[in-house]
Amino acid sequence: MKPPRVTDTTLRDGSHAFRHRFTREQVRAVVAALDDAGIPVIEVTHGDGLAGSSIQYGFSQVSDLDLVEEAAATARRARIAVLLIPGIGTRHELREAVRRGATVARIATQCTEADISEQHFGLAKELGMETVGFLMMAHMRPPEVLAEQALLMESYGADCVYVTDSAGAMLPWEAAAAVRALRQALRVQVGFHAHNNLGLAIANCLAALEAGADQLDGSLRGCGAGAGNAATEVLAAVLDKAGLNPGLDVFKLMDAAEFVLAPMMPFQPLPDRDAVTIGYAGAYSTFLLHARRIGERLGIDPREILVELGRRKAVAGQEDWILDVALDLVRQRAAVAS
Amino acid sequence: MGADGRVKVAILGSGNIGTDLMYKILKNPGPMELVLVAGIDPQSEGLARARSLGLRTSVDGVQAVLEDPDIRIVFDATSAKAHVRHAKVLREAGKVAVDLTPAAVGPYVVPPVNLGEHLGVPNVNLITCGGQATIPLVHAVHRVAPVRYAEIVSTVASRSAGPGTRQNIDEFTSTTARGLEAIGGAALGKAIIILNPAEPPIIMRNTIYCVPEDDDADPDRIRESVERMVADVQRYVPGYRLKNGPHFDRRDTPWGERTVVAMLLEIEGAGDYLPPYAGNLDIMTSAARRVGELIAEHMLTGAVA
Repeated sequence: MKPPRVTDTTLRDGSHAFRHRFTREQVRAVVAALDDAGIPVIEVTHGDGLAGSSIQYGFSQVSDLDLVEEAAATARRARIAVLLIPGIGTRHELREAVRRGATVARIATQCTEADISEQHFGLAKELGMETVGFLMMAHMRPPEVLAEQALLMESYGADCVYVTDSAGAMLPWEAAAAVRALRQALRVQVGFHAHNNLGLAIANCLAALEAGADQLDGSLRGCGAGAGNAATEVLAAVLDKAGLNPGLDVFKLMDAAEFVLAPMMPFQPLPDRDAVTIGYAGAYSTFLLHARRIGERLGIDPREILVELGRRKAVAGQEDWILDVALDLVRQRAAVAS
Repeated sequence: MGADGRVKVAILGSGNIGTDLMYKILKNPGPMELVLVAGIDPQSEGLARARSLGLRTSVDGVQAVLEDPDIRIVFDATSAKAHVRHAKVLREAGKVAVDLTPAAVGPYVVPPVNLGEHLGVPNVNLITCGGQATIPLVHAVHRVAPVRYAEIVSTVASRSAGPGTRQNIDEFTSTTARGLEAIGGAALGKAIIILNPAEPPIIMRNTIYCVPEDDDADPDRIRESVERMVADVQRYVPGYRLKNGPHFDRRDTPWGERTVVAMLLEIEGAGDYLPPYAGNLDIMTSAARRVGELIAEHMLTGAVA
């Protein structure tokens, strides 16, 4: 095993927990702390990627392009990554992100739909960016399908392809099998992105590493969608104990989590009732807060909504189905009552 | 004009869309007479099906259409790139082009919203499937409560998204967003598309969110206008159904906490050639047939007058 490259996504995946309300000051403080602790890549974008600011996902308080610019101006060593989900963001926003200082493009599709990302990888490469592909909701397909899709991304110009456990639904041996399949199929690097809905984020990162992962994601305090991600400071401590520290300052990351991020966090994501439901039902982690809000408004238990979304096989980005399911449940209940 | 007073039409492109459109026109020709299906691939299943139905076919593409001076309306179901070329020669030959590709050479049309304004032009464009599905409802809200912001989410079954959509997904979002503004009436439009790989495939779904300019817009007037529009679209797309809503929600927006009108649509295809889940393709071919019908009627009444 070799030390992985760690990308911190507090300022992207954490955007969900912050309901997309990061301020310039918060971005400056988090980037400065991560940069000082030796994190090489910091992802800064709306939680649903460039142009994610919407009714569907929640509006950004400050445009993520402005936050990218702020992050790029703050970082001394770290490079700034942006997320782009084709179907939501377009090449237009990617160009703009590069103008504002982003040098790494992370391009995400549902794990069966890699072929919608060709034009975006093409542009990212043309713009001289490092490119990372994300196969989202990876628990929905077996390793051989993930490997086929990863090969498409490689052919479009991905420098690395991630197994992305967007639902936090994978068990360690499933994470390992998926990573191994990509490792065997690809010439480029392989990564793993965890969610902690079943309390397995760190365990899955280690399983992925053992299976050959070159890159891992973390967020301070695990601040991300659902029960959050693998906590960057925990990941650093674990990697260091394993003799695989890629050059991270473990104490500085603990301090960044405790003294910089924690005081700004609206709440601590954890595998609570609704978040475990997401991992258990295999729903998209970002559904959590939307299901809670709509559930509360319409008097429906969020768990019922999340389980039904899993049953309907809702995929990444289908937040509109939360309202649809909730209204269906309201109608069913009224029919039973009458 | 044909001997029986019908307008002769041709379909250019014998892929999935062209073939489904062929069945729709044959099933319900109205004032049209389908006289030619022209493709470029001799092995195409669409051309074989057209021949077996007794239709004239050709593998000479647009050339075959140009060689028949009686053809007045041409449905182009090829590609955006090809249509740019076709648009020019069809126009020179005095034929009206109904463009199902994203080329957008001519004005955008959505039959129950603005087709009346474009009945005399040489080329009309059908925007995108997401646009055909959602613009009518944005307009329905807008005509009773002007819309500051409209956002739509189209979710289609992976199996119903062909290579054209997949390789040009940015064009889908930008063209649809422009349509929400130009035809729907929204001051600002945004479109999102999601491909869902579930098996069995999901029926096409669309969610439309509108933020009215006036936060106190009358919900009853909006409901009534939306119901009326759904009925209008159902006349040419029978599987067009409002599954939930209009639902009036409060959301944080860049304009403060505002009323958001949410409408959740389902579009089931007629299954003429393409499977019923592919409502995204059905609404394009249904809209094209309807546009052809209205243009043909206009030609005939014009001829009488």
